[in-house]
Amino acid sequence: MLAINIFVLPIAFGGLLHFPEGNVDADTFVLTLPMAEKQELLALLVFIGGLSAATGMVIVETIALSTMVCNDLVMPVLLRLRRLRLNERSDLTGVLLGIRRGAIVGILLLGYLYFRLAGEAYALVSIGLISFAAVAQFAPAVLGGIFWKGGTRRGALAGLCAGFAVWFYTLLLPALARSGWVPLGLMEHGPFGIELLKPLELFGLAGLDQITHAMIWSMLANIGAYVAVSLAGTPSADEHRQASLFVDVFRQGGEAGGARFWRGTASVPELYSLLARFQGVAAADGAFADYARARGLRWPGDTLVADAEFVHYVEVQLAGAIGAASARIMVASAVKEEALTLEEVRKILDEASQVVMYSHRLEQKSHELEAATAELRAANERLKELDRLKDDFLSTVTHELRTPLTSIRAFSEILNQEPDVDLTQRRKFLGIITKETERLTRIINQVLDLAKIEAGRAEWSEAPVDLRETISDTVIAMSQVFQEKNVRVEARLPEKVTAVNADVDRIIQVMLNLLSNAVKFCNPADGRIDITLTEDERELRVDVRDNGPGVPAADQHKIFDKFVQAGDTLTNKPQGSGLGLYISRHIVEHHGGRLWVQSLPGEGACFSFTLPLGRRAGALARAA
Amino acid sequence: MSKKVLIVDDEANIVAALEFLLRRGGYEVMAAQNGEEALRRVESFAPDLVLLDVMMPRISGYEVCRRMRERADWKHIKIIMLSAKGREAEVSKGVSLGADLYVTKPFSSTELVAKVGELLAA
Repeated sequence: MLAINIFVLPIAFGGLLHFPEGNVDADTFVLTLPMAEKQELLALLVFIGGLSAATGMVIVETIALSTMVCNDLVMPVLLRLRRLRLNERSDLTGVLLGIRRGAIVGILLLGYLYFRLAGEAYALVSIGLISFAAVAQFAPAVLGGIFWKGGTRRGALAGLCAGFAVWFYTLLLPALARSGWVPLGLMEHGPFGIELLKPLELFGLAGLDQITHAMIWSMLANIGAYVAVSLAGTPSADEHRQASLFVDVFRQGGEAGGARFWRGTASVPELYSLLARFQGVAAADGAFADYARARGLRWPGDTLVADAEFVHYVEVQLAGAIGAASARIMVASAVKEEALTLEEVRKILDEASQVVMYSHRLEQKSHELEAATAELRAANERLKELDRLKDDFLSTVTHELRTPLTSIRAFSEILNQEPDVDLTQRRKFLGIITKETERLTRIINQVLDLAKIEAGRAEWSEAPVDLRETISDTVIAMSQVFQEKNVRVEARLPEKVTAVNADVDRIIQVMLNLLSNAVKFCNPADGRIDITLTEDERELRVDVRDNGPGVPAADQHKIFDKFVQAGDTLTNKPQGSGLGLYISRHIVEHHGGRLWVQSLPGEGACFSFTLPLGRRAGALARAA
Repeated sequence: MSKKVLIVDDEANIVAALEFLLRRGGYEVMAAQNGEEALRRVESFAPDLVLLDVMMPRISGYEVCRRMRERADWKHIKIIMLSAKGREAEVSKGVSLGADLYVTKPFSSTELVAKVGELLAA
């Protein structure tokens, strides 16, 4: 095809050189050139040659087109029309012939019609280009069908319609206008005077040649409609299956081509009669024999298997006679293809959703597992921490027990082994022994207290308590300690407070703990403790303020934990068992109150606790 | 000239007992209540032996021991560590830091005085 154009070039050059005015149609150069040079014989030869070539072309094209129209348009439609019962007719050759002849006449008429309509306004090249632009409209649907699973039939149809509409509007309409069939005003001012819709400058797109302009808009409309409609609708099960087959064709593997995907059963006699109906008995026998020979069998004689490959073979044979589309329909009628039933679709969907659900559950499980692992790790850390705390506690408690024991033992040994110690010293040593014994007792009691509180076996006795009395008693009980440590204590108590229901011994225990802590941490040079008791409508509040170094903000919560003391227990000598505040807070909270500390470093610490008023008798017992 | 012993402990009663016994045993005795004071007293008092409590505020007995062993002119000073912590790891830590003896509380004070005598005689 391309080679032919080599001979066209010199003629085209010659024509352009000979007729520079351009008033001669380039299509006719081959005739006008010899005529201009008065070579009548050559001109006649060219004319006869051209005429015969054109006639031959028309004949070949028309037959080809009529076969296509017959095989791919008319026959499929006729075969689909059940009313005609074409399927059942034994001889269809007459029908085929009739259709093809009719098609030839129709095509020739259409050609003449276009010639009359478009006239001579266009050169052959332009007509060809207009046709190519029309054919190009099939490209999106074809390419989409091959490569895109999401494309649907409706989408393809919509795209084709849109593409052809735009093609008609931007290419064919101007052609008709130029031939005088459509008013030229439409070209110059657009329909109804809307400039934006001018067929040659659609939406103001100017400066391009007509074909490019038409291609851009028609393709835009075509692809846009194809994609939009395809995406808007959901492909039917059949479309989905076919799309998968075509798009995933390389994944399926291609041993036997499309036939492999034929799901169904056929019988050899049915296929034989089908082929015989369209091709005649002799041709059918020949085809079957060829197929059998290729597989080392004989026909007739051996049994052929009507498998997918055989069905495909028959379909190919049929396609030669009646076209691919018709052949497919005919074979489909002979082969009972199993349609994709709703049940099957549901099964496939069920399987898919089960897989999704399963993987979802799996994901959930793994999340749960992760969470459980994290929890376990945290619990393990907590256990380790508790173990460490217990270890520290034991070490602290034993230290606290060993220290007074050391003094007691040392002084006992001195008193026992040194007879000549004078009386004053003897008294002093005995006093130390007594004090250290008390200290031991206190520690043991605290540990026992803790054990009881932890086990929930603490016993609480409840009675109305006048907190003023309790505070005064505690201060008096500790007055010797205050004196020894040179601490001034001032208690500011109101004249009268409401009595609260409480376990008075436990409240004294709290006061003793807070006061002994205060003494411990007081400024050694000028110790000072202020006790304040206040009452409002809801509760009584006791503040114990010292002028010691204060509690660092970081420790203000920790000091209420058991075994924890201000400072590092490993390097700092603990001042107690590390249980006092823990037990005190427990007691206060048991009464429904709160115990907390407020402190700024260097400005002392203020420990406060509250006891709520109006607690009903028996509330304690129940809380316990 | 009598040997000098420095007692370092923040428990006043224990210091009192040991002071009483060592004075009776003929030693010159000095006491310190914490690690910092202990190091100052080692410098000024130049003891022949230090009875060193481990659990003290700020500078622990371990730290005092370590710093004493860094000084060449203090190498000869005997150190007996006193601790309420009797676990093996603590004992070996004290020994590895250069203590001559590690005694767990509660100890027999007469036995301790005897040990002091032994160490100073050696």
